[in-house]
Amino acid sequence: MNPRRKQRLISVGSIAMLITAAVATMLYALQDSIDVFYTPTEILQGKQKTGQKPIVGQRLRIGGMVVEGSVSRDPESLAVSFDLVDTGPIVTVQYNGILPDLFREGQGIMATGILQTENLIVAHEVLAKHDEEYMPAELAEQLKGIKHVKPTDAGY
Amino acid sequence: MWKWINSFAKPEKAYWLASAMQPYFFAIALLGLTVGITWGLVFAPADYQQGDSYRIIYIHVPSAILSQTAYIAMATAALVGIVWQWRTAFMFISAIAPVGAVICFISLFTGAAWGKPMWGTWWIWDARLTSQLILLFLYLGVMSLYLAFEDKQQGGKAAAIMALVGVINIPIIKYSVEWWNTLHQGATISKFDQPSMPAEMLWPLLISILGFVGFIGIITLIRFKNEMIIRDKHRPWVMQMFAENSELQRLSASKKEVN
Repeated sequence: MNPRRKQRLISVGSIAMLITAAVATMLYALQDSIDVFYTPTEILQGKQKTGQKPIVGQRLRIGGMVVEGSVSRDPESLAVSFDLVDTGPIVTVQYNGILPDLFREGQGIMATGILQTENLIVAHEVLAKHDEEYMPAELAEQLKGIKHVKPTDAGY
Repeated sequence: MWKWINSFAKPEKAYWLASAMQPYFFAIALLGLTVGITWGLVFAPADYQQGDSYRIIYIHVPSAILSQTAYIAMATAALVGIVWQWRTAFMFISAIAPVGAVICFISLFTGAAWGKPMWGTWWIWDARLTSQLILLFLYLGVMSLYLAFEDKQQGGKAAAIMALVGVINIPIIKYSVEWWNTLHQGATISKFDQPSMPAEMLWPLLISILGFVGFIGIITLIRFKNEMIIRDKHRPWVMQMFAENSELQRLSASKKEVN
């Protein structure tokens, strides 16, 4: 390789490394803000790295699994409440509205709302977070024992 | 070997290579898209929880993956252009950038259309969606930088630098779903040990990805050849090529007259 090309390669390489380092430090500094939601554990015990806990009255997003048997629907209205869990602690979510089609017990759910007490959130938006696994219905029932029923048909 | 690779810095050689590759990409595109998309949209089984809505994956995933692959190809050309000063590398950047931008837009659009019925929202500012949007802006930035200069060579250099700097976004897109909490789910098929999909869903997806490779390839090659002809229109190799073509036409025309 002739010297001019070598020089250009070295300068391109060093600029690329500098930019990588800059972006990496930026993302590292911003990591808590880039997370789109808190997990139930983080709401009760604080973020893993910083220990930062959300305060009561804060508007936030929570993401977790719907606890089996925790969904209760008011028969007179659209009000619904359910518990979310990730690795231990449980946070209750109250919501008044139509649930997404993918909602079911055991499903990953993300809710946006205001933290009322330490472990109660009143949500104004509930989104479904599905996992990366796709399979035909028969296989899902066989393998995981999951039969997905739309929330409207399940009665909540 | 190096000498052979370096010969593609010359447009006439690159033009020849692009013409030689064209039919293969065309065949791959035609076969892959027809088989992959028909199989995926019509014959693959429905998902247990998303039903038929998940079928948009057969367009969403290929476009999302290949918008990144196309960017890597563009950045590689940028590196070659800056370090080895290949003229053809800059032409390749201007050929592939709009193709990549359209594919990137398709992935964002199909993602939004999929997100609305399944997640419950068109858009959310999570790490995956945001970094993919940045990829679209990078493509648009490269395109507009290239066009912003009166002098094509300067424009090519500026665009190449932008393309190289933006390559940092690719690993961020790829790992965004692992590094941060996102609404977007994790990777399905790049877990090579065991993809999270049964074979009858996975095969059409892989074939469709192959079809998109061919499709992007063929459009890029045609644009690349065009760009070379436009940029070199006063150079001997282009004039000679067209002279030969018109010679042939004249010959075939006079043959017809004789017949």
